[in-house]
Amino acid sequence: MEWFFQQLINGLALGSIYALIALGYTMVYGVLRFINFAHSDVLMLGAYAAFFIAPAIQPLVPLPSLTGALLVTLFSALICAGIGILIEFLAYRPLRTRPKLTVLITAIGVSLFIEFTCQHKAVFGADTKPFPTLLPSTDFHLGSLLVSSNDLVVMFVTVLLLVGLWFVVQKTKVGTAMRAVSFNQQAAALMGVNINRIISFTFGLGSALAAVAGILYAMKAPGIEPLMGVQPGIRAFIAAVLGGIGNLPGAALGGLLLGLLETFVGGISGLSSYRDGIAFAILILILLFKPAGLLGKSSVEKV
Amino acid sequence: MLIRWQYVALLVGGGLLGLTGCGKSGGGDTILVGEFASLTGKEATFGTSSHEGTLLAIEELNAAGGVMGKKFELKTEDDQSKAGEPANVVNKLISKDGVIAVLGEVASSRSLEAAPICQQNGIPMISPASTNPKVTETGDYIFRVCFIDPFQGTVMANFATKTLKATKVAVFTDVKSDYSKGLAKFFKEGFTKAGGQIVSELDFNGGDKDFKGQLTAIKTAAPDAVFVPGYYTDVALICIQAKQLGLNVPLFGGDGWESDTLVKIGGDAVEGHYFSTHYASDAASPKVTAFVEAYKKRYNGKVPDAMAALGYDSAKFLADGISRAGSTDGAKLRDALAATKEFDAVTGKMAINAQRDAVKAAVILQVKGGAFKFVETVAP
Repeated sequence: MEWFFQQLINGLALGSIYALIALGYTMVYGVLRFINFAHSDVLMLGAYAAFFIAPAIQPLVPLPSLTGALLVTLFSALICAGIGILIEFLAYRPLRTRPKLTVLITAIGVSLFIEFTCQHKAVFGADTKPFPTLLPSTDFHLGSLLVSSNDLVVMFVTVLLLVGLWFVVQKTKVGTAMRAVSFNQQAAALMGVNINRIISFTFGLGSALAAVAGILYAMKAPGIEPLMGVQPGIRAFIAAVLGGIGNLPGAALGGLLLGLLETFVGGISGLSSYRDGIAFAILILILLFKPAGLLGKSSVEKV
Repeated sequence: MLIRWQYVALLVGGGLLGLTGCGKSGGGDTILVGEFASLTGKEATFGTSSHEGTLLAIEELNAAGGVMGKKFELKTEDDQSKAGEPANVVNKLISKDGVIAVLGEVASSRSLEAAPICQQNGIPMISPASTNPKVTETGDYIFRVCFIDPFQGTVMANFATKTLKATKVAVFTDVKSDYSKGLAKFFKEGFTKAGGQIVSELDFNGGDKDFKGQLTAIKTAAPDAVFVPGYYTDVALICIQAKQLGLNVPLFGGDGWESDTLVKIGGDAVEGHYFSTHYASDAASPKVTAFVEAYKKRYNGKVPDAMAALGYDSAKFLADGISRAGSTDGAKLRDALAATKEFDAVTGKMAINAQRDAVKAAVILQVKGGAFKFVETVAP
């Protein structure tokens, strides 16, 4: 039983990170109807931003500390928001009127471009770099169970950002505009919504989320390299599809489910090498019965 | 139009990145030796160390006049620690540059990729540090200057039973790596033969970041120690997460652990753990002392690790073979290398056996105060 609860905690902690990344995928999809494959690379850039900012602010704010961690995260999120807006401006905006497939392929291109540029010696280099400790961490003992404070931080931040994001999309003016653009771009434009600004905002917000996820991911496994976003990125994308792409709570649910599946299967002796195979086979089964995802609404194409 | 400027910016950026140098190799009075190493990527410190050791040996050989009146020229290619890349670069070294021998790699998976190419072309290949037995089984042109995993696995099994006094051990293997799987297999054989019990066997994929699922299962099995035959980046993260989960037993592994990065990423989580390797830089031998001094002088006071020592030995071993063969012809060189009865290497006296593997001793080191300290030597 103790084993079960420990795995539950491990799985929730891992799933929370997937959930956080999946939020970014699903939000951009919700507004623009395409998958921003470069999202996982912005995540990596977020971790690298923190890697460079941490020593720079060290003389002003001591690290590890809460204020220090918040400052580093804030700056990294701002930098990544800028990068996200720039990617959209350079790569996706010129293709906005083209078929969605063109933009999708471009997104894959942007992703590979970032990954392999960053692996060059003159940029970050391909070797693994030690990630600095940003937050003081302690372990809590609940009987024989161990909960790391980092894991609690991850879960807390994910819930906070999910609620915050839901609030922005549902209750604010800019959120209303985002939903309007998602519904019908031309009609939204005719109603006086500045489409370019709304799309830039969406990308900025999504990329800031990616930066936060990247930093949390690097805190969990403090070795960062330019391809660090690929694995969690694919999983988060699948989590977003599993939850019903375009649906924010669905992304969170999908992420948690995937994290739990991976942890439980990985912890079974003899099955651990089939971890991803079994986890993904279960996902395929779920999608066979719920093609629109767990919380997605199946839509009927009008012909 | 704004859109045009966007493209101009991209084109200029792309163009600048595309400007990488292209070199042409020299020929004639030099002996051209090829080297492939993981200078960047996941196992970058391995490749960098072995390359630095190799380069130092080549420079020393040239300063002493080379062999047969010819100087050496080293042609190095980076395989970026990536599968698929060794085949590309070794093909290029052999067919485009025309090297007479190939030195490399550290990782067994990548040596295994290059070995068939060298074998087909009749070019001797000397791996400095690939310990998986399969590497030299590829063919009679493939050699190595390190011991092999059956030996390393047995050494660690003896160490676990005798020094750690462990009776129950868990094994945590990287299923993506030939090196890790081989070492795990030979460890399990040796350990059960010595009367020990394997209480838990779990796997991970090299490059994973979360190991808590498997580590929790290992903890539940309550082992006395955990054998982790992985590479240093994964091992560092495993040590951190094992500590977080309260798995407070010794972790131990093979030579894949030896890198400064292990300590840089792992911090105090790797303290007190053990691994077997090829040599200790603090060993009291005149040959080792001379090598450490020369290396420090050449590379700004950096202390050479086992990969550097083996890289150095691989180049010196090749030169020894060439001078005994009196030729750089592939078949003659192969015969001379295969006939090596005693070669005095930095990593200990070695002989080449019928499987073209080096027969030599292993050492066990412990992480102490952020450095690797000598524990014991184990002879074959």
